[in-house]
Amino acid sequence: MTSPGGKTTLASRLWRTKAATTALLVLFLIYSLLPIFYLVVSATKDNATLFSSFGLWFASSFNVFSNLHDVFTYDNGVYVNWLWNTAYYSISSAVGAAFVSTIAGYAFAKFRFPGHTLWFAVILGSIMVPQTALVIPTYFLLSKIALIDTPLAVILPSLVSPFGVYLMRVYAEQAVPDDLLDAARVDGAGELRIFWSVAFRVLVPGFVIVLLLSFVATWNNYFLPLVVLSTPELYPLTIGLASWNDLAGAGGGAHSLYPLVITGALVAVVPIIFAFLFLQRYWQGGLTFGSLKD
Amino acid sequence: MKQEGQPETVPASPVRSHQSALARRKRLRQIVIPYMFLLPFLILFALFLVLPLAYAFGLGIFEERLVGGSTFVGADNYLRAFHDRLFWSGIRRMVTFGVFQIPLMLGLALVFALVLDSGLVWFRSMFRLGFFLPYAVPSVVAALIWGYLYGPTFGPFTQIANYLDVPPPDFLSESWMLASIANIVTWEFVGYNMIILYAALQAIPSELRDAGAVDGAKNWQIALYIKIPLIAPALLLTCIFSIIGTLQLFTEPSIMESLAPGVIVDSYTPNLFPWNLAFTNQEYNYSAAISFALGAVVVVCSYVFMLATNRGRISH
Repeated sequence: MTSPGGKTTLASRLWRTKAATTALLVLFLIYSLLPIFYLVVSATKDNATLFSSFGLWFASSFNVFSNLHDVFTYDNGVYVNWLWNTAYYSISSAVGAAFVSTIAGYAFAKFRFPGHTLWFAVILGSIMVPQTALVIPTYFLLSKIALIDTPLAVILPSLVSPFGVYLMRVYAEQAVPDDLLDAARVDGAGELRIFWSVAFRVLVPGFVIVLLLSFVATWNNYFLPLVVLSTPELYPLTIGLASWNDLAGAGGGAHSLYPLVITGALVAVVPIIFAFLFLQRYWQGGLTFGSLKD
Repeated sequence: MKQEGQPETVPASPVRSHQSALARRKRLRQIVIPYMFLLPFLILFALFLVLPLAYAFGLGIFEERLVGGSTFVGADNYLRAFHDRLFWSGIRRMVTFGVFQIPLMLGLALVFALVLDSGLVWFRSMFRLGFFLPYAVPSVVAALIWGYLYGPTFGPFTQIANYLDVPPPDFLSESWMLASIANIVTWEFVGYNMIILYAALQAIPSELRDAGAVDGAKNWQIALYIKIPLIAPALLLTCIFSIIGTLQLFTEPSIMESLAPGVIVDSYTPNLFPWNLAFTNQEYNYSAAISFALGAVVVVCSYVFMLATNRGRISH
């Protein structure tokens, strides 16, 4: 197979394989992007053209600015509230969850203490406890202490991230060398100072990963805020958009709300897509190392 | 993952005060310091995970009566859940859903991950990013977009069917609904699972890949006999997360409910059921019992699955 002719067949066979697999993946890429394309196209249409023009292509009129104007001013600009709430809930939950998980993961990775194995087993097992089993009882508990229908009702439960603790333990075991800690101890530094000025610096990439995962989880959460919030001004985007969709579906003159739901949905998606694009390095790493260890 | 080389408790040596101080500090380091780091998490864990679970269980053993207020009823609510056809119909529906959707989704994710890993394709990073993008879309928005795409009034599928003068597909009808929801979930999570599996594949040492190639194995043989067994832990992880996700499906059916009222009944999924019980029927105690029972079902299913796969791996 060393003749020039053999080489060409091999190269052309490789080329054909590549062409076939690429074509296959292009098909799935179209499937993956089609709904997002549909969202962008539909956000340029007013109510009449939404119903009259072909859904997967632009209409002759271009209404994206008037749609955006409507989204931000409808019902006294409640959408701005939702956007702000979503950012507020997501950022507080993410920073809190990442911090709490980082110090807990660090403790599991770098200290042997009584209860070490037991606690870790309990936390690992709790990853399997579904949100379902927690949200409705959380509602009853929070109503007792008058925390229901407040931002804290969304933020506090979102701070608990057993998976984050697991990730940070794995990360800290790999990233923080024991020698480094021992050297700092010999120098007489206290454990808190060692954590802040030595360990945390090395743990920052892991911290950012848990931050991102929690941020996305809270940004996209629907079930928890649906149950614990009832004031529309406190809604995050997910609940707000669903409530507009309910109104639009209720019929009557409300059909004109569909462009609002669609444009509002697009505005809700854009920041998170940009976050993913710019922080690619981090989330790819984050989804990675949880699965490498068993 | 066990950490070696960490000294066990060192007996305090009275010989030198310096050493005993060191030992004291070591003990402090072994108990007080780690718990200080753990405390914030443990408090939140207790308040928002353990307590709600315990409270759900507790609510489940009481019954709110018009006369006499809260009455202890023991296992009544749990027995009722056990015999409740509505609860089990939801679970059965989700098991049907999972039996088809999870293998399809993970199968696609695995094939794409293997293709990307093999390098036998162009534009790798574009595919990686494009497939993953749906994960960034909140499930509410995903359900809304797909709901509009499916829709009979301005959905493009209906428009195409009308243009071709064929009967439009009724994706929101009772017979199609489960498949329609499965499509939304697949769309959202194929890329996410693909990234996990791809990352695991990338971590396979190159000696192992090359060994197969040297032996003259074909690409699919390398994939089947070398790569897939090596990423079994990652596959297990994606399976378990998918099972948990399926049994607590809520957002997609609840959005579909507003687009196709009547098709999504109150007990359509085992997670919609307690929600409707609590907030439509005001049956708080029974709702809590159902929540707890569902949590138990999920944990049992995940454990059974894990045991089954572990056994399979050991016997090989």
